[in-house]
Amino acid sequence: MTAVALPTRRSEEWRYSDVESVASIWPVAAPDVIVVGAGEDVARTLLQDAADGAVIVRDFAVTIGAGGTFRAHLLNIGGQLGRVTFDVTLGRGAHFDLNAAIIGGGTQTLEVVTVVTHAEPEATSQQTVRSILADHATGSYLGRIAVARDAQKTDAAQSVKAMLLDRTATANAKPELEIFADDVKCAHGATVGELDSQALFYCASRGLDPKSARTLLLQAFIAGLFDDMADEAERERFEAAALAKLAALNMAEKLA
Amino acid sequence: MLHITDLQSTVADKPILKGLSLSINAGEIHAIMGPNGAGKSTLAYTLGGRPNYDVTGGSVDFDGQDLFDLAPHERAAAGLFLGFQYPVEIPGVSNLQFLREALNSQRKSRGEEPLSGGAFIKLAKEKAGLLGMDMEMLKRPVNVGFSGGEKKRAEMVQMGILDPKLAILDETDSGLDIDALRIVGAGINTIMRAPDKAVLLITHYQRLLDYVKPDFVHVLAGGRIVKSGGPELALELEREGYAEIVA
Repeated sequence: MTAVALPTRRSEEWRYSDVESVASIWPVAAPDVIVVGAGEDVARTLLQDAADGAVIVRDFAVTIGAGGTFRAHLLNIGGQLGRVTFDVTLGRGAHFDLNAAIIGGGTQTLEVVTVVTHAEPEATSQQTVRSILADHATGSYLGRIAVARDAQKTDAAQSVKAMLLDRTATANAKPELEIFADDVKCAHGATVGELDSQALFYCASRGLDPKSARTLLLQAFIAGLFDDMADEAERERFEAAALAKLAALNMAEKLA
Repeated sequence: MLHITDLQSTVADKPILKGLSLSINAGEIHAIMGPNGAGKSTLAYTLGGRPNYDVTGGSVDFDGQDLFDLAPHERAAAGLFLGFQYPVEIPGVSNLQFLREALNSQRKSRGEEPLSGGAFIKLAKEKAGLLGMDMEMLKRPVNVGFSGGEKKRAEMVQMGILDPKLAILDETDSGLDIDALRIVGAGINTIMRAPDKAVLLITHYQRLLDYVKPDFVHVLAGGRIVKSGGPELALELEREGYAEIVA
C-alpha cells in the first residue's frame, strides 16, 4: 500500500481490482494513520457512497496498543472503483472488529482488503463482510491474517458471505493465513450464493410481492452488521443508504 | 369455493397429478389422505404456485377466479393460505416484521389501507395467544431455532393473522406431540371453522382428524382421488391401511 509504482493485477492485493481506473488517480494519498493507545476504545465509520464513475481508494493504517480496541463499520457502495483497505497491527490483548457491507451494480468494482497482523499474544480480531452484487459488478474481499511467532493465544476470525443477484456478477473472497505461532485459533468461512428460491416462494405464499420479498431477504442478509454502531443517527444513515442502494439496483426488472 | 377439475401437473417435468378433481364449498373441511408418493404435497404446491410445479392440464376455480391466472402472492391476497410441511427459516427477519409486511402487501393488493403498528401488534398478540405462543417468540427470526412443533404453531399464528378464506395445510400434524397436536387442532378450528371459510387438510394419519373433524375424506393415490367418503373413511384407512383401499 506504500508502493509508488502503478499497481498491476500481478500484485496479489490488486488481482481482482480495476487497475485501469486506479491509473486516473495514481498516486493515491498516503493512508490515514490511526493510533489506538493502550486500553483505548476507538470506533470509525466509513460510508463510501461516491458518485457514479468516481474512483475511490481509501487506506487506513491502524496500530492498536495493548488491550485497546478498534471497531470499524464500512458500507462500500459508491463509485466505479471503491476500494477500502485496512492494515492493522495488534498489540498484546488488543481487539480489531470490522463489519463491512458491499453492495454493487452496473460495472462497479468494490473491494475490502485487510491485512491484520497479530504481533503480540492474546489479541483477537473479528471480520464480518457481506456482499450483494448485481449486473456486472465485482465485489472482493481479500483478508490476510499474519500471526507473529510469539503471538500465542491469538484468536482471529473472518466470516465472508456474498450474494449474487445476477449470474454475470462476480464475488471474490480470499482468506490468507500466515501463522508462525502454534497456539492460535484462526477461523475463516466464505460462501457465495443466490437468493434462496424456497424462501422467495415462502414469502410469496404469504402475500409478499416479488420485489418486496427480494428486498426483505436482502435486508436480512446484511441485517445486524450495523447494529452495534454507537451513534444511532449514523447507524440510521448507513441503513438508509444500504436500502436506497438496494432499491437502485432496480432488481424488480432484472429478476422478475 | 375451490373447484379442481381434471388437474394434471408435473414436478421437474415428471407427471405427478394425473387428472385430479375435487370440489370444496364454503363451510367445509376436507381431508386428503394417501400413501407416500401419492402426490399430496404436489397438490398443495401446485395450488400454491411453487416454481417447478407446472400445470399441464385441467383447471382450478378459486372463488370465481381462474387460480392459475394469479401469481403466488396474488393467490395469497385472494385468500389462499398454504401451510408448509417444512416451514422455511428466514434469518434476519423477525416474525412480526415478516407478517406485518405480508399482511400489508395483501391489503394493498386488495385496495385496503395498511394496518397501523399498534393494530397489528394487537392482532398478532391475539392470534399468538390462540396457539400458546408469546410475543417474545414472534420477535425472533422467522422459524429460526424453532422446534418442529413450534414451527407448525407459528404457521397457524401466521394463518390467524392473515385470515384466509381457504387454508391448504400440508401435514401440519407432522412433528407434533400430543399436546401440540391438541393446540394446533383447536387453533385450526377457531381460525377456520366458519361458514365463509374452508380447509383442505393433507395428512398421513387419522390422529389430527380427532381434533379437526372433517366433513369429507378423500384418498389420493397415483395422482388421482381414488375414493371419497365421510369421516368414517379415515377410520377405515387407519384400520385397514392404504393398500386395501387403493387396490
